Amino acid sequence: MKAFTYERADTPAAAAAAAGRPGARMIAGGTNLLDLMKLQVETPVHLVDINRLGLDLIESSENGGLRIGAMVRNSDLASDARVRRDYAVLSRALLSGASGQLRNKATTGGNLLQRTRCYYFYDTARPCNKRQPGSGCSALEGFNRIHAVLGASGQCIATHPSDMAVAMRVLDAQVETVMPSGGRRVIPIADFHRLPGDTPHIDTNLQPGEMITGVTLPPPLPGYHVYRKVRDRASYAFALVSVAAVVDAGGGRIRSARMAFGGLAHKPWRVEAAEAWLAGTVLDEAAVDAAADTVLAGARGFGHNDFKPALLRRTLQVTINEAARAA
Amino acid sequence: MEMTAPAGHNPIDENRSGLIGKPIDRVDGRLKVTGKAPYAYEVQDAPGNPAYGFIVEATIPKGTVADIDSSAAEKAPGVLLVMTYRNAPKQAPWGPIDAKDRFARSAPQLANNKVRYYGEAVAFVVAESFEIARAAAKLIRIRYDIELGEYDMATARGKAEKPKDDEMQKADSLIGDFDGAFAAAPVQLDATYTTPHHIHAQMEPHATIAWWSGDRVTVHCSAQLLESAQNAVANTLQMSPSKVRIVSRYIGGGFGGKLPIYGDVMLSAMAARQLKRPVKTTLTRQQMFHFTTHRSQTIQRLRLGATRDGRLTAIGHDSLSHSARFDDFYETASTQTRSLYAAPNRLTTHRVVKLDLPISDSTRAPGEAVGMLALEQAMDELAEKLELDPIELRLRNEPAIDPEKNIPFSTRQLVRCMKEGAERFMWSRRSAVPGAVREGRWLVGIGFAAATRNNLLMDAKCSVSLDRQGVLTARMAMTDIGTGSYTVLTQIAAEMLGLPLQNVRMELGDSDFPETAGSGGSWGAASAGSALFDACTHLREQIARRLGSKPDEVVFADGRATAGARSETLGGLAGTIGLRADGQIKKGDMAKKFSQQAYGAHFAEVGVDTDTGEIRLRRMLGVFAAGRILNMKTATSQVTGAMIWGVGSALFEDAVVDARFGAFVNRDLAEYHVPAHADIPAVEAVFLDEVDDKTNPLKIKGVGELGICGAGAAVANAVYNATGVRIRNYPLTLDKVLGLEVRQV
Repeated sequence: MKAFTYERADTPAAAAAAAGRPGARMIAGGTNLLDLMKLQVETPVHLVDINRLGLDLIESSENGGLRIGAMVRNSDLASDARVRRDYAVLSRALLSGASGQLRNKATTGGNLLQRTRCYYFYDTARPCNKRQPGSGCSALEGFNRIHAVLGASGQCIATHPSDMAVAMRVLDAQVETVMPSGGRRVIPIADFHRLPGDTPHIDTNLQPGEMITGVTLPPPLPGYHVYRKVRDRASYAFALVSVAAVVDAGGGRIRSARMAFGGLAHKPWRVEAAEAWLAGTVLDEAAVDAAADTVLAGARGFGHNDFKPALLRRTLQVTINEAARAA
Repeated sequence: MEMTAPAGHNPIDENRSGLIGKPIDRVDGRLKVTGKAPYAYEVQDAPGNPAYGFIVEATIPKGTVADIDSSAAEKAPGVLLVMTYRNAPKQAPWGPIDAKDRFARSAPQLANNKVRYYGEAVAFVVAESFEIARAAAKLIRIRYDIELGEYDMATARGKAEKPKDDEMQKADSLIGDFDGAFAAAPVQLDATYTTPHHIHAQMEPHATIAWWSGDRVTVHCSAQLLESAQNAVANTLQMSPSKVRIVSRYIGGGFGGKLPIYGDVMLSAMAARQLKRPVKTTLTRQQMFHFTTHRSQTIQRLRLGATRDGRLTAIGHDSLSHSARFDDFYETASTQTRSLYAAPNRLTTHRVVKLDLPISDSTRAPGEAVGMLALEQAMDELAEKLELDPIELRLRNEPAIDPEKNIPFSTRQLVRCMKEGAERFMWSRRSAVPGAVREGRWLVGIGFAAATRNNLLMDAKCSVSLDRQGVLTARMAMTDIGTGSYTVLTQIAAEMLGLPLQNVRMELGDSDFPETAGSGGSWGAASAGSALFDACTHLREQIARRLGSKPDEVVFADGRATAGARSETLGGLAGTIGLRADGQIKKGDMAKKFSQQAYGAHFAEVGVDTDTGEIRLRRMLGVFAAGRILNMKTATSQVTGAMIWGVGSALFEDAVVDARFGAFVNRDLAEYHVPAHADIPAVEAVFLDEVDDKTNPLKIKGVGELGICGAGAAVANAVYNATGVRIRNYPLTLDKVLGLEVRQV
């Protein structure tokens, strides 16, 4: 870990202004940043501690949705009665991630900003375009079991590790921020994370210093909420593939099905065309398979992760079927 | 005493106070859970404020350091010393390769500019804090000349060599006409199994604090074998062992990975001498993957030939593993096959490929742990070919005597373990047809595998003293690696002298105490315990003399010694001067006269998700026969822990080498998967009654590693029973279950 200076911010705007300086980073739960600093994958010279800013409330919003403060801890969000009742997919996604200790510390904003778990990103002795632009991608021809099959580029095949973000994507969450200038904006979750393209070192569309103050959820969606995470061990493992779905169905027919996917790409993956295709169809294997075709359009493996498209297809079948039966 | 004949009836058999076998809590449990048991890195008794070392690892797998610029690190505030090959003190060269104790070899650090494997030390930074040292380490600029190396065993297998035979182990064995018998067998199985590299994954990283008093160095470190560590430091730094004190009072898991000591010890000792100040160094989790040893991957071919009624006529087990290029360790994965089942024609071989990978060495039951993953899956496959119950197949091939050594077994209760386990687990409900049991989305299967682990006794010494308060203090250069040594040794001493447990002080973990073979190979309790038994026997004799009686006429109970009408407290008999006695055990030749193994039977039930291929353990049972059990609670903890290792080796553990870099890729416990709590539902262990008078005076056998041997194969056999998919490449991951896996490059 490199030596750094530290300050505790008093207001979100002050935090954003302080974090907008070169080399500065915000720290909330620190469950990812501290590990990365120890390894010098991240080397901030200044840390802005935002743990005393409040922003830790879960409030009903006027339009019937929910506003979640950026500093709400993952455990608190997962156990909130409104979240469990109206946004169960979010609660289930949160509880499938990390461990109890980490969820007690990790925050809503920080979870969106966690960085990839690519082995080579973590190893400063290896080339990695995300860590050091232009150095190359070690995963492309290396060990890439946990890597992306969709939306990857020749520069980077990392995945985003969050479960929470996948659920937020299916719920059409909106990310509220404050800029170093003090201005505020709202970023739809779909536009929050980026694909790697030629700039894999940039994970999100936040501006330097821009701080997440909260996440809003639209009014609850009808239907059954499910989060299915497939992984190599039963707990404390990142998703090989995951499916967040909200399915409204009846009489063997799907009224609506929303689906987002984790473990496949550099950002939570969602293909609205697949949902449109499913809406109103009779639920059968062929229908879901066709939806999977749409989701997986352009999918390609890089060797060790070649199994992921087929695994996703199987997981989608069972998830949609289970949700439709339960809906 | 020496084990040259079966042990006679003794006070441990009598168990007058009932302490032997009693499931008492760990005597050091409270210290541990309250954080008051200092592990090496936490030891506070150093004279003076310690400095902190950080090891800089080579980031190439093979070559030379062409240039090293440490000026920026040296100038960093708080940095006290940067050691490289240019300024490291002179040390003895590595080796010798044929050392009688390979853990006592000289292991110099920064001795020259050569890099033999990825992660080897190329510099050492000492600073006022760990953080300063670690940050300064990143300021060192190194230019390497990289040499071509070999990192993949399968690619290099054409260069496999036959390892040298030694006293303990012959590389190959051949009995009868294996080739002819196998070729002629009406039912044959010829299958190849692979196991990947494993790391130990101890909870406590390796750590050292070292300081000098004059020409004597004191080293607190996390070491299973104190005498080996003492000699390794002495050999490396070219000093007398008497000038080296190794202290290792609490160890957070050894698993074979702390049989050797590593550069943290040598570098801390050398820096402490130079700086005239204590130096402490710990490894990071990531460093542990390369800087310490790992278990080699294996490729194992099993050839089993049988008659149609299930009598084995030929057993063949060929095992290939790797060793570091400069080393000679190999995984003895075929060895248990020499004694487990009867067959007139037998062939076992070991071959080793030298690679430029980090050092492979003992890991959690070296040999059997991975050997049984192959052998016991092969037996399951053969049973199916024979349309025979897998347990029945074992029953039909139960040997009367050790089939290769041609000597009797000391005790062998494999059959009873299997029968008892089958009944408890309701084995009879198993469907012989795989893929036949479905519960919702799960396919359910159960599997069986036998367990066997070689039993060992090593030479050890002990001294005991008794004071006027009736407190017995026992001292041994023995270690407790989390197994419960402090506890079972306390029980032995208390039982021998009839003292309450709280009147026994067990002082371990210091090389200044009488030497033992430490903890390794599951020999710890037997070896140190027998030396303690002998010392206590001698103390009983002295006490009997003071009472004017003979030891077997004295009753030791409730803190008193009673001979006829005369009864005195032990404190009173010890008087102000106290009493002391020494004891020792020599292993003798009983292991040559009797084939000594512990046995067991593993049963596992798994569910396999029909959609995703995810495998989840549902329940597991191990029934073991391992001699007398000293403490039912600590022994059960040991074998259930080992069964969980077995689950890990079956389903998760896989240290992946990226052959482009000659390095492990998944270098932390987030990506090197050991079982998490959610992976382990009900795991039960049962010990059968057994007393083995051929092993040692306590009549016990080693239990630590027994639980892993075969456990993973039971899981793999259960996966087959659930799905009908036979996976011979461990670990069994969901992509393999679904038939989607890609062969690793």
